[in-house]
Amino acid sequence: MPASHTRTRNTIHAIRNRQYARRTRSIAVHAALIAIAAVMLGPFLWMLFTSLQSTFQALQFPPRWSPQPAWENYVHAWQRIPLGRYYVNSMLVAGAIAAGQIVTSVLAAYVFARLEFPGRDIIFLLYLGTLIIPTQVTLVPTFLVVRWLGWVDTYQGAIAPSLAHPFGVFLVRQFFLSIPDDLEDAARIDGASSLEILLHVILPISMPAISALAVFSFMWAWNSFLWPLIVLQTPGKYTVPVGLAMLQSELGTDWPVVMAATVVATLPVVLLFLAAQKHFARGIALTGLKV
Amino acid sequence: MEGSSLRTAVLYLTPTILVVTVFVLVPIGLSLYLSFWRWPLTGPSRTFVGLANYSRLLHSPEFWNAIRVTVLYVLGVVPLSTGAALGLALLVNRPLRGLFFYRTAYFMPVVTSTVAVAIVWKWIYNPQAGLLNGVLHVLHLPTPGWLTDPRWALPALIIMAVWKYAGYYMVMFLAGLQAIPREYLEAAALDGAGRLSRFRHVTWPLLRPTTALVIITSTIFSFQVFGPVYVMTGGGPVHSTSVIVYHLYERAFGFQELGYASAIGWALFLLVFPLTVLQFKALSHR
Repeated sequence: MPASHTRTRNTIHAIRNRQYARRTRSIAVHAALIAIAAVMLGPFLWMLFTSLQSTFQALQFPPRWSPQPAWENYVHAWQRIPLGRYYVNSMLVAGAIAAGQIVTSVLAAYVFARLEFPGRDIIFLLYLGTLIIPTQVTLVPTFLVVRWLGWVDTYQGAIAPSLAHPFGVFLVRQFFLSIPDDLEDAARIDGASSLEILLHVILPISMPAISALAVFSFMWAWNSFLWPLIVLQTPGKYTVPVGLAMLQSELGTDWPVVMAATVVATLPVVLLFLAAQKHFARGIALTGLKV
Repeated sequence: MEGSSLRTAVLYLTPTILVVTVFVLVPIGLSLYLSFWRWPLTGPSRTFVGLANYSRLLHSPEFWNAIRVTVLYVLGVVPLSTGAALGLALLVNRPLRGLFFYRTAYFMPVVTSTVAVAIVWKWIYNPQAGLLNGVLHVLHLPTPGWLTDPRWALPALIIMAVWKYAGYYMVMFLAGLQAIPREYLEAAALDGAGRLSRFRHVTWPLLRPTTALVIITSTIFSFQVFGPVYVMTGGGPVHSTSVIVYHLYERAFGFQELGYASAIGWALFLLVFPLTVLQFKALSHR
């Protein structure tokens, strides 16, 4: 056969091999991704599954799907602990914290991104540095401070310490830094004050960062456990995580009911997450940006 | 215009300064002060004891155990989380159908409350009827006692932590990966570099800031683990999962010894802080 034919044939083989390799790799990638998704979601499915079994069934393995899903577990869970009450408490506390963090972070971020004064960046770094201070140092004395304020077992006691967080300032500042100065300069030439610029120029375009922060801080506040555990003492004021933990320690072995309660506790966060997916990813991506 | 900058700055920073002063700065100082006292949670009796709390904790096996357990926990969680997250990010970083589904699935553990996750995993780890041992049994593999076994309780918590946060760090790595200019990788490919070589010489070096951020964040975060211990093991069995924050919580609100607990907090801070600084320096130079 002429040399050119051999060359062409070899090239075709090489291309086909590469395509074959690429397709195999693609299948392998998808298989891996699905397997990992199964691992990630598995525990939740298991939680759901157990919540619909009777106590007797739950203690057997392999589990059998009974024709009668035990919906009464959910009724029991709702009766045992005032889940509705806990929801309200959590919404209040988490909502207040999120709102507080937005306000303090936007104001502080504007200062650290836009206003000039000596020592500005050092102060910012120091503030970020407070993130390194571990819970164990501040836990006990913060409790004492809150007690002195008369805020033990109150909503404000649960809310106040979290009203400002360096993370929020960091996030919003990152975003502000990426906004070009021209907009502000134009507004300033028109005679706008700093506050007007902040409210009418910068805030509207910063909605992506602010909504990301809102979602983040709400989720973090909703899931927060140690502080509400210490501060809140009347069961009627418990937030969802605290109430759930109490239920688990009470009902130890009645796993289906415990699982039912957990499903009910987790559902709103999951739904919120599904609705706000975009904001989460954007928020984390913003923190990964270089300063 | 210039002078008003400072005034505006102070005004805008006032809420933050207020919160930080009352709930961060004052507590730090107060904590140090408390550590020199015997200060019960309730009741009026307070005794100044000088360095007695510190001397007590230095001789306390529970204190050193707490350090040991927490360090082991961190040494388990950080490398595993970082590796898993990086692997996931590399896997996911391509035009994929169903990317939305995967990202949602991988992020689900991150958003759910630590308590809820801990409860579910406590059930999964149940030695008799839990999912894990059930599956292991079917595969004819050994079925450890998990949370009831002092040798397996901490690894059990580590596994759960990696599972929970891999998705979070994955997103960080994804942002880092996507910030790498495609031209570099294309140039390397044109020069004949294979996938592994491209990763080693282009991706990995350029990913260093992100990797540093992930490692530092996960270290700081895992040092402060509490929820899972409270819900799943109560520090046991036999103190094998009694981490720092849990030990402190027990001392402060269980045994009601606020002074001693404050000393614990400071001793740990003094031990951990230099390490954090070292880690920070090591990771950001190079």
